[in-house]
Amino acid sequence: MNRELIRVEDLRKYFSIKMGFMKYNYVQAVEDANFSIRQGETLGLVGESGCGKTTLGRAILRLHEPTSGKIFYDGKDITHVKMLPYRRKMQIIFQDPSASLDPRMTVGEIVGEAIDIHKLADSKKGRTERIQQLLTQVGLNSEHSNRYPHEFSGGQQQRIGIARALAVEPEFIVCDEPVSALDVSIQSQIVNMLEDMQQDLGLTYLFIAHDLSVVRHISNRIGVMYLGNMVELAESNELHKNPLHPYTKTLLSAVPVPDPKKSRARHRIILEGDIPSPMNPPSGCRFHTRCPYAIPRCKEEVPEWREMAPDHFAACHII
Amino acid sequence: MDRNMRDKKLLEIKDLRVSFFTPVGEVKAVGGISYDLNYGEVMGIVGESGSGKSVEAYSIMGLLQSPGKVVGGSVTFDGEDVLAKTSKEMQDFRGNSVSMIFQNPMTCLNPVYTIGNQLIEAVRCHKKVTKDEAKAKAIEMLDLVGINNPERRMSQYPHEFSGGMRQRVMIAMGLICDPKMLIADEPTTALDVTIQAQIIELMKDIQQKTQMAIVFITHNLGVVAEICDRVSVMYAGKIVEQGSVEDIFYRPQHPYTLGLLRSMPRVDAEEYERLIPIEGTPVDMLNPPAGCPFGPRCEHCMKICLRVEPPSIKVAEGHTSACWLLVDEAKQKEVTPNE
Repeated sequence: MNRELIRVEDLRKYFSIKMGFMKYNYVQAVEDANFSIRQGETLGLVGESGCGKTTLGRAILRLHEPTSGKIFYDGKDITHVKMLPYRRKMQIIFQDPSASLDPRMTVGEIVGEAIDIHKLADSKKGRTERIQQLLTQVGLNSEHSNRYPHEFSGGQQQRIGIARALAVEPEFIVCDEPVSALDVSIQSQIVNMLEDMQQDLGLTYLFIAHDLSVVRHISNRIGVMYLGNMVELAESNELHKNPLHPYTKTLLSAVPVPDPKKSRARHRIILEGDIPSPMNPPSGCRFHTRCPYAIPRCKEEVPEWREMAPDHFAACHII
Repeated sequence: MDRNMRDKKLLEIKDLRVSFFTPVGEVKAVGGISYDLNYGEVMGIVGESGSGKSVEAYSIMGLLQSPGKVVGGSVTFDGEDVLAKTSKEMQDFRGNSVSMIFQNPMTCLNPVYTIGNQLIEAVRCHKKVTKDEAKAKAIEMLDLVGINNPERRMSQYPHEFSGGMRQRVMIAMGLICDPKMLIADEPTTALDVTIQAQIIELMKDIQQKTQMAIVFITHNLGVVAEICDRVSVMYAGKIVEQGSVEDIFYRPQHPYTLGLLRSMPRVDAEEYERLIPIEGTPVDMLNPPAGCPFGPRCEHCMKICLRVEPPSIKVAEGHTSACWLLVDEAKQKEVTPNE
């Protein structure tokens, strides 16, 4: 087994909201996350909107300062250190490619900016060559470096975003819904490219998405989040064959399958109601208000994060 | 509705053409599509963004906005020519005969009126009823779409509802005048998976109860497999393949349909398989390629594909596909691949 690259201990992120004069309320976006990511693997994070998966991803990069808890990178505690040296090792790809590229910079400038900040090129020629090499690596033409982002389609813009992340030769990339905004036929191109890059460059990914089919495809292990809590974490196949947490089961049964006979024959668990507000989450297990198997204990006690089977974690009273 | 009605045509679209006249040129958003829909049938229209699936729906509803214009073809609904209707007649047609629900309910509901107000208005616009009767109807509809405590919810504003609940309100509003057909434009796309499952169950349930015909527009093949009887696959403003759900999912004939199915990761996959993407980029609708619009991205592309547009070919009863590969002469004459 590979070494741990990232470890997160009791990570918590609250956002404060001003409710009036000197009065604050807190959005409990991420609550006590505990997990690690091994070198060279892809850890998938799934959950519905507002479950805190993006916040968690950003908190690991300290794009959001964590409220409490610790983050370790390669064994070193990075919770309170200067991030600049680590930015070279940890990068992010965003969901909306057009919003994450500066419309007034050319593609060359966008990709080259990181090279300049970290002083990765010794000469102007070296810099240009590096930019061209990066663009070819992500499937664009090297002549594209003089164009502006709006001249590209969504899929190509996402490729530019990936080239920018790769510019500093990172070891770890947070992929925050990198294919959600793209058309079906383009999604698979990007997914395949991310897989190839991982092979070639030995990258480690944290892959955040709400689409379970994509996460299942690309991830080695998957973490399922609900309302700021991680409820289950297991190896990808194990999670699909043997889901333990009721929420994971629901999520799996809710994903539409492109096969009319299968999708009409299978049993679906339909959840009642909506996701509660993270400003005022339910007591005990946060899922108890919608859980079909809830018992009185779920309302009172927060379930413990336990290892139910080797390398299969879940937090639930009834398992 | 009795069984015989299901064989009767409700909607008939023939060679519908819609263009947008933009300053940089004409964009043929819909380039001649034909299909029909029987009473009580659910037709799925699948395609990527820009394939013209929404534009087509907007033109049936007479909601096309400038610079968009229907430039040819006909739309017949229940024996009436829809395109010839005056705007006054269209107002009556919308809501009473056909209604539409949209992707984002928040942009369709008025934020400064209560839900009840908006539902009652929808009834009273179309039917001569008293306010109390309209109110009773509104409460009945909210109950039908699974909103708890409808009397109390009537006096609430859209922002007090969650995304899934708002979509339920939209469905209630769409069905309030008992239309014969509902056009659902990506009704579940903006929703989370578990909420999406709720709405699909609801629509299936209502469809079974009311036997209403539905045109279901989506890019999600999984949703199509779940709810539709027949499917039209659109690419660059054309229907490239049409057939029953079984035809499309188990016997796809067009390379684009096949490509879409192969490029999707599946949650029910037994083991890891690498995805097979459709290479290339979507069509630039300002400069569409000559011949088959999918030609430049197609792995089986022949010379003729880049010159002449393929006709729609009948593969089996109710299953058509527009592809030169299905024409034997075309295949024998030119075996030369792309380039």
